[in-house]
Order: sequence, then C-alpha cells, then structure tokens
Amino acid sequence: MAEALTPDKCSALVIGGSAGSLDVLLKIFPDLDTNISFPIIIVTHRKPGNDTLLADLLQNRTDLKIREVDEKEEIVAGCVYIAPADYHLLIEKNKTFSLDYSEKVNYSRPSIDVTFQSAAEIYKDELVCILLSGSNADGVEGLKTVNNFGGLAVIQNPKTAIMPYMPQQAVLNVKKGTILDAVDMADFINKLATK
Amino acid sequence: MISNLIDNEQIETLLSDVLDAHGYDFSEYSPASIKRRILRLYGLDNFVSFAEFRYTVKTDKQYFKRFLEEITVNVTEMFRDPSFYKALRNDVLPIFGTYPFIRIWVAGCSTGEEAYSLAIVLKELKLLHKSLIYATDINPSVLEKAKKGMFPLNYLKGYSENYLQSGGEQDFSTYYAANYTLAKFDETLSEKMIFSTHNLVSDHSFNEFQLILCRNVLIYFDKELQHKVFQLFDNSLEQLGYLALGSKESLDFWPKAKQFKRIKTEKIWRKL
Repeated sequence: MAEALTPDKCSALVIGGSAGSLDVLLKIFPDLDTNISFPIIIVTHRKPGNDTLLADLLQNRTDLKIREVDEKEEIVAGCVYIAPADYHLLIEKNKTFSLDYSEKVNYSRPSIDVTFQSAAEIYKDELVCILLSGSNADGVEGLKTVNNFGGLAVIQNPKTAIMPYMPQQAVLNVKKGTILDAVDMADFINKLATK
Repeated sequence: MISNLIDNEQIETLLSDVLDAHGYDFSEYSPASIKRRILRLYGLDNFVSFAEFRYTVKTDKQYFKRFLEEITVNVTEMFRDPSFYKALRNDVLPIFGTYPFIRIWVAGCSTGEEAYSLAIVLKELKLLHKSLIYATDINPSVLEKAKKGMFPLNYLKGYSENYLQSGGEQDFSTYYAANYTLAKFDETLSEKMIFSTHNLVSDHSFNEFQLILCRNVLIYFDKELQHKVFQLFDNSLEQLGYLALGSKESLDFWPKAKQFKRIKTEKIWRKL
C-alpha cells in the first residue's frame, strides 16, 4: 500500500470497526479536542436492540456531543454520530442521514462498506475514513471507493488490533492509505481539525 | 465501483421513465437509498450499459415487476423490536377490548411478517375474532407471498425469541406447521387479513382505522413526502386512534404533531 497525504481540508470523518474496535474508540475519545471542525460518524457492528451503551460509554469520555442517529437528521460539524444497530447508514447530498433496513452486507447491518461508500460520494476528497479492528472484511471495499473519490483511507496498524483480520485485509487490498497505531489516532484526528 | 460511473442525472432520468411508463413516482424517495437500490440491481442483473437497463425497465413489463420488487426494500421480520410489541400488547390493544369492531392498517406490509405478528397478539388478547387487518404494499408480488403466510423456517428461532421477549407466553411453534424449509402460519390468522396494493405516494385514504402500523417505510421517503404520508394517516385514523412508526422514525417535525400524544418511550402516537 502506498502512503497517502492527509487532505487539505477534512469535512467529515467516518470511523468503522467491528470486534476489538470499542477498545480503540474508548482510547481515542478522551484525547480528542472539543472544537473539532467536522462531524465524526461511527459505524460499528453490534447486536440489535435499543441500547444506548456505546453512546453512553463515549459520552462519559468526552465533551463532544454524542448522538445515535435519527433518520433524516442533519449532520452538524463538531458532533459525533453513531449508526444505530440494525440499520445501514447513508448520507444524502443535503448533508442529512438516511437509514436503510435492506439486506445485510458482509453479514452486517450496519455495514461499514455502505457508509464509507455513501460518504465517499458526498464528501469526495474532503473525507477521511478510519478502519479499525475487526474479524471480517467489511469496510475494505468502502475504503477503495474512498480512494477513488480522492478521500483518505486510514487503517489501524493490524499489529495494534485485537482482531487484526479487518485492517490486514485493508492493508492488502487498498492501494493508497495511512497506517496508524491505535495510540496515535486521537492526535491524528486533532491535527485534521486544524487544517 | 459502479457509483463512480452513474451520476445522479441518470438516476433521475430512469425514475422519470418509470413514472411516465408505469405510473410509480419515486421522485420523493430518499436519494441516497434509492440510488443504492438501483445500482445494486443494475449490478446484479449484468446489463451491458445503463442505457440498456433504462430501456428494459421502461419497456419490459415483466422486468419492471422485478425492478419494483428489488428497488423497494422488502426486508422484514416477526416481532421486530420486542419492546414495541410489548407496548402494543399491554398499553394499546387492550383499549380496543370494548370496541365492537377493530380495524388495523399495516401500511407497507411487505411479505406480511408484521401483520402475522399482530394477529398473534390479537388472538392471545382474544380480540382477533372482531378484528380486520388491512395489509397493503406498493408491490403486488410481496403481497402474494404475504397471503400465503409462509416464512423461511431458519428464521423462526429468532422470531420465537422475539415473541417471548415481547411478552408472548404461548409455545410459538403452535402457530405454524413446519413444511420442509418453510413455516406455514395458521390460517385462522390470515382469515382476518385483507391484502391489497396501496401506494402511499399516490393513493388516498380508504377507510378509518383504530391503529395504523407503518414501520421502517418512511425512512425511504424524503421529509416532504413523509409529511404527506402523515396527513394521509391522519385522514385515515379515528379520533383516539394510534399510529405506530419504526424505532428510528418520528412524527416530531410534522407541523400537526401537536395533535398527537406519544405513548411512553415507544414510537406510538395517539390522535387527540
């Protein structure tokens, strides 16, 4: 994989992950600046159900506003959005969210591929997508699309991932991107915000 | 990746063909999800070019049936969101106990899983005999499946768990007969259902109901269309009737929402 430059401007950050990704998110959030200049959208595989556990866990670690997405909700900079369990999360041209209860993709709903691809089309070269730990390859196709639209693909260093398969597949299949250790991610995101 | 090659104008042209040739209006559907559905189908069916796809959708009636079935989302399950069915069972349906006749509309019923779930709860509350469930969908072919009441057997374990979590106390397997790979649901349930096509975009109110269920349908519509559909539901609800939406849908931003009162924490509103 070729090393990629960080974009001149970041208009949205999407973070995808599966098994082992919660750990990383819990490490990132306490160290994030609270004046982030773009929305952060989180798509993780989890069990269906109405629980707000992930939102609560993250909210306890940051002053950024954490929300589980409601359908047609407007996307606001500085807010953190979590894809609800059991829906795919899409982004509309008018910068609102759409939810979709269609077939699972990569045995997953929400699917990371679906949101990465949807975000790539809207934010193009002003998009950064981070793929974290996980044990299937959801997100890899999405990162390729992000590349095609000129956005930046960031992959958690598989050596620092509890479940390395997902980031490994990304390193193998995505042409251009940046590999980051989990501990360096908060700093990376904070720097994106100053661009 | 196909989406690099097909732009939004091409999608719009295709949808305008569909309206002209077949009378279905998708112009107020959520653009991102309708585009995704169209590109998915285009990829699945291996067309040589988007122009050929467009031509086939426009002129081939048989193919258009497939198009309609595939671009609308027909994924559904029984007792989805058990807490919702618990609220129906405990807080809503018992109120109909004193009514002589109960009319319920399941709008966008797809293959019928919600209508059958509802019928089971009504049966257990001893209300099914005086109920009629109108189950409608835009899509004639899913209604054919819904009428049969046969669902893939391998989903039944999950449905049974949902049922128990929703407060069901019977043995769920008494409601169906296993037949090879399918579970055929008891006909005493479907006897109380009327299946019919209805397009929420273009068709009018056709009756007055005590309860309308329309769950995970509005997520595919843009805000303006959602508000039109809320008006249609308002026109189709008796006073003190109930409207039930999907777990991520809301009446809140509709200007007339104040005339409805939300029931506890579920997505159920009562018309005042």
